[in-house]
Amino acid sequence: MTPHLAYLLLGVAVFLVVATAIGQILRARVAPDGSNPAIENLNARIAAWWAMVVLLALAFLAGRPGVVILFAILSFAALREFLSLTRKSAADHWALAAAFFVVLPVQYLLVGIDWYGFYAIFIPVYAFLLLPVLSALRGGPADFLDRVAETQWALMISVYCVSHVPALLSLRIAGFEGQNVLLIAWLIFTVQLSDVMQYVCGKLFGRRPLAPSLSPSKTWEGFLGGLATATAAGAALWWLTPFAPEQAVLMALVVTVMGSFGGLVMSAIKRDKGVKDWGHLIAGHGGFLDRLDSVVFAAPIFFHLTRYFWSQT
Amino acid sequence: MLSRLRRSVLALTAGVLAKAITLFARLATAPRAIWAGVEPRARQRIYYANHTSNGDFVLIWTVLPPVLRANTRPVAALDYWLRSPLRAFIGRDVFNAVLIDRRPDHRTEDPVAQMAAALDGGASLILFPEGQRNSSDAPLLPFKSGLYHLARQRPGVDLVPVWISNLNHVMPKGEIIPVPLICTLTFGAALRLADDEPKDAFLARTAAALLALRAGDAA
Repeated sequence: MTPHLAYLLLGVAVFLVVATAIGQILRARVAPDGSNPAIENLNARIAAWWAMVVLLALAFLAGRPGVVILFAILSFAALREFLSLTRKSAADHWALAAAFFVVLPVQYLLVGIDWYGFYAIFIPVYAFLLLPVLSALRGGPADFLDRVAETQWALMISVYCVSHVPALLSLRIAGFEGQNVLLIAWLIFTVQLSDVMQYVCGKLFGRRPLAPSLSPSKTWEGFLGGLATATAAGAALWWLTPFAPEQAVLMALVVTVMGSFGGLVMSAIKRDKGVKDWGHLIAGHGGFLDRLDSVVFAAPIFFHLTRYFWSQT
Repeated sequence: MLSRLRRSVLALTAGVLAKAITLFARLATAPRAIWAGVEPRARQRIYYANHTSNGDFVLIWTVLPPVLRANTRPVAALDYWLRSPLRAFIGRDVFNAVLIDRRPDHRTEDPVAQMAAALDGGASLILFPEGQRNSSDAPLLPFKSGLYHLARQRPGVDLVPVWISNLNHVMPKGEIIPVPLICTLTFGAALRLADDEPKDAFLARTAAALLALRAGDAA
């Protein structure tokens, strides 16, 4: 582990200790019997954050295989949540099984062996064209386009986009050799801090709803407050990255804006499907996709900007 | 001595298999229980559910808290579960199923009497009143009369509807590979047979209570 990563993790740990203390004090002062749902949810979220940070740190310690496997598991959980809500019929059974047991492992294998030319197009080209063939062979034209389109969306969001996080390890940046894991740490930190600060600023100052028809909890005050603090924090951490400080400001702005867009688009999908959360496995947060939605939208753009402007590959 | 040893080895194997089966069910479908109408309390109940897959009762069994699970017996088809020694072991020793014969011309025991006897033994039951797996487009097949006769013989036991969603997509009839989607199990409010309630009205009311839970699930 590079010293830079240790500093960042230490900083996050301090941040979480403070958050845990605030959560416990709030609880003791306001509702020691656990009767205030907002405080209980806050504490559940903080507890889940501890687990997520520890898991990420362990994956970073394990190096490339650890990171690739962790994100493959996250993709699996996300894909399961997404496909549980999409339209499907018995005719799609092979296509769905292939999505879980062929497309997902192959995508992460390609990322693991660093075959950029293939993993960049495997799902948008090969899965896109071949999975509908499986559904067509099994018959059943009812809602065919809806079914194959929703399955493809599930794969793009849950597997293709998420796999661009571990793919950051394959970039070759002069003077940054062996430190690519810092790109992942910086991206996740900045995007997730933006989510947290949007939540905090929204709770504290939120007045004007941002998109009332999509998500009642998103406000302009939360959006701008989260964007500003996370961009500032991401820029202040420029020394973790290959970016100069002014470049880090722009990059942080891009990933936080994309992250917010991700939250918005994924809220629209949830609203359309009539659910509040994607899943139930992360206490306080909902599902894996509820936590990943911003990373999903930020990671591919971050990957390609970094690759185009900094990478030698 | 030897038979006692054999019995404890069998009991241990059954316990390990039960753990393995619930673990597999959790990995394969991440089942989620929504206790909408009742709390998961240790009182005698007849859980009745829609039936789309052989995994149905395994899922109910998995999401029940272990204390309740130990005392809850699925009602299953004898002609299916006694077909091989392994199945018979799983059916009898792991799930402690009440095995009933669906073929009137073959059976020696009355299914309703068998279920009533299990209730008298203190167990809760898991029952699929459709009597067969539903592979039609209708959400629910008409209920067989077994639920009514059981409720009439043991009117003091709560009937709890359980709607199982998505399992028909996990493993449609005839498929071998399960697709690991999330299944939701919604437990509704308890019902009982009213005094002098006619059979058809009771079956319609219990079916409607089960179907009403469908609206709340994600699928």
